[in-house]
Order: sequence, then C-alpha cells, then structure tokens
Amino acid sequence: MSAKAGPMVLAENVHKRYGNLEVLRGISLEVAAGEVMCVIGPSGSGKSTFLRCVNHLEPINAGRLHVDGTLVGYHERGGRLHELPEKEVNRRRAEIGMVFQRFNLFQHRTALENVMEGPVIVRRQPRAEAAERARQLLDRVGLADKADAYPSQLSGGQQQRVAIARALAMRPKLMLFDEPTSALDPELVGEVLDVMRGLAAEGMTMIVVTHEIGFAREVADSLVFMDQGVIVESGPPREVIASPQHERTRAFLSSVL
Amino acid sequence: MVVAVLVAMGVHGLVTEKGFGWPVVGQYFASTQVLNGLLVTIELTVIAMAIGVVGGIILAVMRMSPNPLVGGVSWLYIWFFRGTPLLVQLLFWFNLAALFPRLGLGVPFGPQFVSGSANSFITAFVAAILGLGLNEAAYMAEIVRAGFLSVDEGQTEAAHALGMSRMQTMRRVVLPQAMRVIIPPTGNETISMLKNTSLVSVLAVSDLLYAVQLIYSRNYQTVPLLIVASLWYLIMTTVLTIGQYYVERHYSRGSARRLPPTFLGRLRENLVTIRRPLPAVPRGEWR
Repeated sequence: MSAKAGPMVLAENVHKRYGNLEVLRGISLEVAAGEVMCVIGPSGSGKSTFLRCVNHLEPINAGRLHVDGTLVGYHERGGRLHELPEKEVNRRRAEIGMVFQRFNLFQHRTALENVMEGPVIVRRQPRAEAAERARQLLDRVGLADKADAYPSQLSGGQQQRVAIARALAMRPKLMLFDEPTSALDPELVGEVLDVMRGLAAEGMTMIVVTHEIGFAREVADSLVFMDQGVIVESGPPREVIASPQHERTRAFLSSVL
Repeated sequence: MVVAVLVAMGVHGLVTEKGFGWPVVGQYFASTQVLNGLLVTIELTVIAMAIGVVGGIILAVMRMSPNPLVGGVSWLYIWFFRGTPLLVQLLFWFNLAALFPRLGLGVPFGPQFVSGSANSFITAFVAAILGLGLNEAAYMAEIVRAGFLSVDEGQTEAAHALGMSRMQTMRRVVLPQAMRVIIPPTGNETISMLKNTSLVSVLAVSDLLYAVQLIYSRNYQTVPLLIVASLWYLIMTTVLTIGQYYVERHYSRGSARRLPPTFLGRLRENLVTIRRPLPAVPRGEWR
C-alpha cells in the first residue's frame, strides 16, 4: 500500500505520563508493512495506552512515533514536537483503523450506517457508493443479513465484526486492535478471530493487544511482552511462548496458558 | 368502589352546580377574544422555548469547555437566572427603561450605530419573550449537559478514531444519542412554559389568561371564564404530551430492542387487555 520503504510503525523511546504516574517508560519497536504484531502483558502494563498513542487518541510526553514515515499528531521543528492542528490530526487518524474492546458502535445507527459513517462524513463519499462498499464489507465479515440491525440487536461477536468492517471502510494502512475479544462470551471469540485471521492473510499490517495466546502463536509474526510500561521481551511468538527468557514473562505466560 | 362514588359525586356536582355556569363557558369557549389570547400564548411558548433550547445548548457547550473563563460565565448565568423568581425577572425586563432609558448598538464606549428609547424597543411582548426565554435557557442548559454526559465516552473515541472532527462528532454522534435523555425533561419544560406564560398577564400582554380576565372584569362571570382558560390549557398540554410521546419514540431507535407501540396502538392494546387480562403470547419477535 505504501511506496515508502521502512517500517509501517516506528516507535522511538515513547514516554507517557498521567500526572505523576508513568504509564509508558520508553517504548521502542518496529512493525514492518504487512506484519502482524501481538502485544501481551498484565493489565496496567501500558499496552492499551501504547496502542492509543499510535493513532494519537492519547498525546505522548516524549519520544517519537512514526506511522508510514510521518510523525503521528505532531510535527517537528527545531528538535521539538508541536501538536498539529485538529484537521491534520484527523486526516492522519483516518488512515489508521481502530477496533475497541467494547466495540463502541454508534448505537443510534444500523450496522450498515455504522460502516458508512466514516466514508460519508470524513471522506465525503457519495452515499450510494459508500453503501455499496459497506454491504461488501459486511458480507466479508459474514453479516450481510444484519445490515439493517441496530447494535443492540446484535450479539457481542457480531458487533465486533461490524466494528472491524467500520474500520476497514476507511481503507486503513494500519489496523489497531485493543483487546478485541476480551468483552466477548467464550463461544463468540472464534468468529472475531476468524475475521482477523483473514485480514492478516491478506497482508494487512496489524497491532493486536490481546490475551489470546493461541491466536498470537498462530497468526502473529512477532510477539511483544510488556510490563510496567516497558517492553520486557519480544521476538517470534513461538520462541517467546516456548522459551521465555525473563522470569516475569514466564510467570505471566504460566498464568494465562 | 369508594373512589367510583366520589368521582360520580364530583361529576354530578360539576354538571349541576349553577356557579360553574356551563352555558357561559360554551358561549366564550371559542370567542374571538379567547382564541386571540390562545394564539398569543402559543406564540410566546414557541418563541421562548426556541430561545431556551438554543441558549441552553450554547450554555451547556460553554459549561463543558476546558477554558475556565468560558465555563465560569455559563455557571454565573445559570446561577443568576435559576436563583431569582421568573415573575421578578419578567417585571425587571418590563421596567428596563427605568434603568437604561436609551438602548443602542455600537462600539463599547465608542460611537453607536443604532439607538432608541428603551420603551419603544422593549414592548410588553418583547419583555415577556426575553424574561421567559432567558430564564428557560438556564434550565435547558442543565438538561442538555446531563444529556451530553449520558453518552458513553467510547462513542466519542470511536468517532475520533474514524477521523471525525470535534464538531462532526458532536453533531453526528453525541447530540443524537443525548436527545434520548434530553427530550423527556424538555417536554416537561415545554408544558411548564405553556402554563408559565400566564404570568405575563401582569405585563398586560394579551395572552389567554389576560383575555379571559378582560372579559370577566366586564361581566363578572369569573369562574366560568377561568374554566374556559383551564380547558384550553388542558387541551394544549394534552396535545404536547402526545407529541412528546412520538418524539421520544423516534429517538429511542437503536437503544430499545424494538420500538414501543404508537400512542393509538397502546390505547388499543390497553382496551383489549381490560377485556382479556392475560395476553396469551408475547408480541412479534425483534430481528
């Protein structure tokens, strides 16, 4: 999708504070185009916060975060970061898809309208065109027959699949998943992971914060373990899972496996 | 049974007691004077509510601004207009000329573009509109703010993640969902407003109440004419109640699993249930 060489996501020493609480204490990582990275770690480790920094839902306090070669939410002048005007932040954000733990579908709109909203309002696409593409996307996540249902009429798994379709409608070059299956009943997890597996197979660049170790082992190209705002360990998922090098990783894995 | 007897006595008294003067009620119910008053009452309600709603939205947005000065101005406004009686505010606007004999539009402390005597600008009707509308805005501000706060933060985040601006998010995502919380108390406010417009009779604005007062000051049929006014107020609040029901139904899309039945539908259903108390099957499944 991108003509530029270099990683799709490049984080350099990213710091994030809430008051005195340091949530991210120097995160550095690279995600290549087409790569799937899974991020695991105990709650409060900062993994969700990092994800929210990638599309500038949270401003960062220090370091650099590049997506596809450009800084996210900032421009650099004289070695200092300056926040971009809202319009420019929105333009860059629109190219990054995000899927939330609690789906966050627009409750007052049908599944189809949810998927159309971004293209019609942000990209000013004609409604008919957006509707046709929205139907294709709903078909792709297996919900063609639910186009006119409101979110409250759908199961959690169905809502999350609509949310994925909504993010894909913007033709993102990067997809962020924030614990996409954590709020689901166990029997509904599979249908969402199947859709994500399909996306990964098509070459979408993805960062997935998850507790699904099985999914990480099978689908991810790289696995990152975070704890207390730092990356403790990273590498190919099979290696990290089979033979963790750090005590904390070992303890975490034994508690979730 | 006791209630039924009491109600029967009440109705009997209402119909037979001469003092109510039903023939007089019938005579004036649709008279031109009364109907003109009714029109003024409706006009006052609509305009004052419009000012109240628009002002309320502006004040609510200001109140939630991160800028403390903007938020403070809104707080001060609400504090003042909620803290003083509406009747006092109405009299105050009506007597504004005593305080500022001339009003004008221009550069502060500089030249004026338009100016005129306050008495020609603030007529009784304008004073009534200002008093009712500006007072209402203070109440609406709190209602709108409660509506905004009721919308889950995840909705705003999802909108931002799609690249929507703050204004687009407010207009497309937050406000429509806040409406569900804003509408019911706004309906109450409209009904209160309709009745509160009767206060403007003290400013000699020819509303419904003032119209009947004028009539009974001439013919001394006080009670029948007050009944005429009450009947009209009741008719209008009933219409508003039904209207509110349909507006609420419209904005409950997506939050209720299926739309509640229409007003007539519910009436029909209730009549059926009185005859056959246990409905055999639940109504149609949602899809």
